[in-house]
Amino acid sequence: MKIRFHHLLAAAAVTVLGAGQALAQTEIHWWHAMTGANNEVINKLAADFNASQNDYKVVATFKGSYPDTMNAGIAAFRAGNAPHIMQVFEVGTATMMAAKGAVKPVQDLMKEAGEKFDPTAYLPAIAGYYSTSKGEMLSFPFNSSSAVMWYNRDAFKKAGLDPAKPPKTWPEVFDYAKKLKAAGYATCGFSNAWATWLNIEQFNAWHNQPLGTKSNGMDGFDTVLNFNNPLQIKHIENLAQLQKDKTYDYSGRTNTGEGRFTSGECPIFLTSSAFFGTVKANAKFDFAAAPMPYYPEAQGAPQNSIIGGASLWVMGGKKPDEYKGVAKFFTFLSDTDRQVGLHIASGYLPITKAAYEKVKGQGFYKDNPDRETPLIELTNKPPTANSRGLRFGNLVQIRDMWSEELEAAFNGTKTAKAAIDAAVERGNAELRKFERTVR
Amino acid sequence: MRKVGFNNKLLPYLLIAPQIAITAIFFYWPASQAVWQSFLIQDAFGTRTEFVWFENYEVLFKDPTYFNAFIVTVVFSTAVAALSLGIALLLAVQADKQIHGSGPYKTLLMWPYAVAPAVAGVLWLFLFQPSLGVLAKLLRSMGVDWNPLLNGNHAMILVIIAATWKQISYNFLFFLAGLQSIPKSLIEAAAIDGASPMRRFWTVIFPLLSPTAFFLLVVNVVYVFFDTFGIIDAVTHGGPAKATETLVFKVFQDGRLGGDLGGSAAQSVILMFMVIALTAIQFKYIERKVHY
Repeated sequence: MKIRFHHLLAAAAVTVLGAGQALAQTEIHWWHAMTGANNEVINKLAADFNASQNDYKVVATFKGSYPDTMNAGIAAFRAGNAPHIMQVFEVGTATMMAAKGAVKPVQDLMKEAGEKFDPTAYLPAIAGYYSTSKGEMLSFPFNSSSAVMWYNRDAFKKAGLDPAKPPKTWPEVFDYAKKLKAAGYATCGFSNAWATWLNIEQFNAWHNQPLGTKSNGMDGFDTVLNFNNPLQIKHIENLAQLQKDKTYDYSGRTNTGEGRFTSGECPIFLTSSAFFGTVKANAKFDFAAAPMPYYPEAQGAPQNSIIGGASLWVMGGKKPDEYKGVAKFFTFLSDTDRQVGLHIASGYLPITKAAYEKVKGQGFYKDNPDRETPLIELTNKPPTANSRGLRFGNLVQIRDMWSEELEAAFNGTKTAKAAIDAAVERGNAELRKFERTVR
Repeated sequence: MRKVGFNNKLLPYLLIAPQIAITAIFFYWPASQAVWQSFLIQDAFGTRTEFVWFENYEVLFKDPTYFNAFIVTVVFSTAVAALSLGIALLLAVQADKQIHGSGPYKTLLMWPYAVAPAVAGVLWLFLFQPSLGVLAKLLRSMGVDWNPLLNGNHAMILVIIAATWKQISYNFLFFLAGLQSIPKSLIEAAAIDGASPMRRFWTVIFPLLSPTAFFLLVVNVVYVFFDTFGIIDAVTHGGPAKATETLVFKVFQDGRLGGDLGGSAAQSVILMFMVIALTAIQFKYIERKVHY
């Protein structure tokens, strides 16, 4: 009995000592929304950072889907115990940046912590999306992707089309899709995921058309949507027309329809470049990623694409020492070799110029040309006010409204013009509502 | 009936205190919070708050899509309540008969109740998914151009099936218990008098089952009004266009997904009053026809 008691004492002493050691480290809480292979990437990043130094400990916690993670962070902030770092999808950018006091701009964080930080080291097409119009970085870009056109090379061969020459323009895509349809792809010639991101947001950036005033909202919350331009209406009209015989077939608002590409049903499919890992794992055919198509009559098209994905926001009201740890972690993430490794392993884009150059120098893209397609699109031309990105409040609701209007156009209950006009009008009402809450 | 009284004045209050406390904490407190929130316009983080009286309500009543959600809700809830009660009653009557293997049959019928709404939604979504779903393929082979992504009626049918399927087990359980508590002698007496099975059901069994049926009606209405947003979110996101956007889904979408707490709270207050009114009507008019 006595011996046992001794053991117990010893065990207790060890526990206390261990806890003491853990307390000496400052914990940095990081909430994220990454599943599967990307979840492991996050855990490895945290573990590597923790092993690289002794002062800080990054604790990564999975909080569900993007909206779930954001809601969890907001609820935690309201209750006074927000995490230090929160991964927020690009849609939430305006909501986050409007919450003054709730978030700490990355630029200020790095400066106050005395970390070396050069905003020009980051790819402008990526960092610009998360910066103010003056170029101050608000959140730290983490996982970025862009939209590309995936196509089934085997299907092209079957239809007598040259897989080395994917369609470049929209009229060519329509033509290819009709031929593919005739060759047996009867239920879907071409399609896309993320209905509004592809058909409205990327579409206008790629054609250098504005979505809204004030540089698509980047220069102020008093932005007004105005994407009911003739080209946009014509595009939706074309899709609605092709929907009738399924040359085009709508695949839903999110990416749940992506399986139609990997299953071989839709031989041409526009969606995120981050789709790569899934295609590679599941497609039983030869595939490739080409740049998004454009309308040749549009002046200056193609312009450049915009990004999607998520960034890391630093929450407000934390201790200076904790901020120092967050800053060190961001420096750690920006490291060129780390970015190279992340880019190759995860399928997301590198965020620094140096990392992009290094991967290019290694000849990685020669063997994996699909992986460079989104980067070619993003850097195609220097971004304009129409193609730097977009920043609209209540974008979650606005995207739903846009989706509803697109669906109404595709199922024939509205004309393309009526649908796009309504999308603009309803979106504007939502923007005014948001503007009121941030005044 | 003789009234039974308490000698101690305090005891009855003490006895109902736990129940009152639970109702207050889990109903009155959140409900009052919703009413308060519905008078506010606030950003998602709650850093800026403006008191606006009834503006959130005005916006709703001026919004034609809100009226659309109301119509959709009426169609959806009537269909789900009627189908899930009807099918459950039919199944319960059949399971109540003396048949071989009725045990496993009953168990299997109760299982779906243990399935979470979102899972139920995803399950049916897979079965009816236009390009991969087994049932969708069957429909297409029969010449139906099945496409819930763009056809509003198809989407509505899909969410009704998923929501009904989920609720049948619960109703089945109660109907079966109700049937088993009906004395066999009554039914036998009716049979001896020469009443056909149909007649026995409508004149003897159904009236005796009416308390159960009434209870289930109230519970089912509450279910379709409040509990089905998970299914709709998983299956259609309220689309195509706004074909399956019910009132409770709109509350969920605006509040939880969109961060518009004021507007969402105003909607949930309206919804609360609607369900209170519906339940009151049920108790006032339908309960009269119930024989306890």
